[in-house]
Amino acid sequence: MNETTNQEKKTFWEKLLSIDRRIIFLFIAVAISLPLFFKTSLDMPVSPVVQEVYNAVEKLQAGSKVLVSFDYDPSSMPELQPMAESFFRHCFRNNLKVIIMGLWPQGPLQANIALEQVFKDEDIKAKNLQYGIDYVNLGFTAGNEVVIDRMGHDFRESYPADSRGTPLSEIPLMRGVRNYDNIDLILNLSAGYPGTQEWVQYAVDVFHVKLAAGNTAVQAPSMYPYIQTGQLAGVLGGMKGGAEYEIALKRPARAVSYMFSQAIAHGVICLFIIIGNIAFFSSRKKKTS
Amino acid sequence: MRREVPLVLTAIVGITMIIAHFIPPLNILKNLFEDWFFIIAAFAIYLGILNLILINGDKIYKKQKGWPFGVVVILGFLVITVIGIFFSGGKSFQDPGTPFYYIYMNLYYPLSATMFALLAFFVASASYRAFRARNVEATMLLGAAFILMLGRVPIGYWISTWLGHTLANAADWIMDFPQLAGQRAIMIGIALGVVSSALRVILGLERAYSAGE
Repeated sequence: MNETTNQEKKTFWEKLLSIDRRIIFLFIAVAISLPLFFKTSLDMPVSPVVQEVYNAVEKLQAGSKVLVSFDYDPSSMPELQPMAESFFRHCFRNNLKVIIMGLWPQGPLQANIALEQVFKDEDIKAKNLQYGIDYVNLGFTAGNEVVIDRMGHDFRESYPADSRGTPLSEIPLMRGVRNYDNIDLILNLSAGYPGTQEWVQYAVDVFHVKLAAGNTAVQAPSMYPYIQTGQLAGVLGGMKGGAEYEIALKRPARAVSYMFSQAIAHGVICLFIIIGNIAFFSSRKKKTS
Repeated sequence: MRREVPLVLTAIVGITMIIAHFIPPLNILKNLFEDWFFIIAAFAIYLGILNLILINGDKIYKKQKGWPFGVVVILGFLVITVIGIFFSGGKSFQDPGTPFYYIYMNLYYPLSATMFALLAFFVASASYRAFRARNVEATMLLGAAFILMLGRVPIGYWISTWLGHTLANAADWIMDFPQLAGQRAIMIGIALGVVSSALRVILGLERAYSAGE
C-alpha cells in the first residue's frame, strides 16, 4: 500500500530516472538491428593512423612476405573480422605472400573464415591463389609471448609444421623464411592478451620488425602511445578503423555497412544520457525547492 | 626442500632471462628455459581439460545446483573433441568443410558473439544511469564521453561538418593528447609495478606462487 502511495508521489522526471532497463534494451535493440536492413554506405574520412596501415602495405613490392597474427575469438568478430578480410584483399590484390598464425586457439579458424570470404571475390578468384605458395596457415601454438620471442630466432622453434601438419621445410612459401628478418610487415589483429602489446614488446623492441595492428575499440586507445613513438606503423581501431580501411581500399564492405548501425546506436545512447541528465537536474531542483 | 627448490629455480631462471638479454651467449640457457615453458604451457592445456572434467563430473555426481549444465559442458567437450580428431576426413580439423568447422561456424561462433553482443545493452543502460553531471570531474568525464561517442561515428562527422568539424577535431584532440598522456602514465605505472613484482619473485620475497605461501 505504502509502495503504491510512493509510486503515485513520484514526478515524471523521477519516474524517468528509475526507468525499467528493459525499455532501454528495447531502444538499443531497435537502434542496432533496424539499420542493418538498410544497405546504407556512410562516407567518412580516413584517419592518419588507418592511412598509415594502408600505406605500409602499398609500399611493399609484389612477392613481399606479410605475417598476420590472429589473436582473437568470435566474440570480437564483428570488429576484427572485417579488418582481416580487407587486409587479405589488400595483400592478395598487391600480390603479397601471406603467412597466418594465431596466439589464440580460435585465431587460425578466424583466418580460415576470412579467407573463405575473400576467395569469393572475382578479382581474387582470378588470381588462382594456392595454399603453400601464396598463403599458409601455421595454426596455433601455446606459449603466448614466448612464441613471439622464439620466432625472432627461428619460426621452426615455435611452428615446426603448419596447421595441416606439413613441415615448414616442405612448404614453398616458408622455404626462404627463417625469422623476422625475412618478413616485411606484421599485422596483429588482437582483442586482448596475448596481443599487440606483446608483439610490440617482444617483436618490435627486440627484433625491430615493422608492425601494424587491428584492435577492438576498447583496446585501441592503449595503442596510441606506441604510434607516437613509432613502435606501431598504424592502428585500425574498432569497427570505425575497419570501415576506414575499407574506404582507403576503395572497397566498402561489412564494416562500412555496420557503421550505420553503430552510428544510430551511439546517437540513441547520447540521447539517453541527455534525457537522464535533464531528469536528474529536474528532480534535484524539485527536492531542493 | 619443497620450499627451497622452487625459490632457487625461480631465481636462476629469472636472473638468466634478464642477463641473457644483454649477453647473447647466454641465449642457450634462455632457449632451454623457454623450451621448458613450452612444455609446461602444453601440459597446462591437458591440466585444464582434466580440471574441467573433474569439476563438472563432481557436480553431476553430487547433483549440485545446475548439474545439468555440467552434463552439457562435458558432452560438448567430448563431442567436439571426437569429431575434430576422428571425423575430419584426412584434412586439418580447422579447414572449411570439416564437421568441426561446421560446429564452430554454427554453434560456437554465434553463441560466443551473442554473449559479447549483450554488452551493448548493458553499456547503454549503465550510461543512462551513471553518466550524470554530479560534480566537475563527472561533468568532464561526461563531456569527453559525449564528444567521443558522437565524434567517432559518421553521424558526428555530419554534425561536425555543419560546425566546421569542431566535434570531430575535438574527439581527435581528446584521443591524441589527454587520452594518450593518461595511457602513457598508466603504462609507466604498470611497468614499474611489474618490475618490482618480478624482482620480489626472483629474490624470493614474494612466494605466493609456491604452495600458496
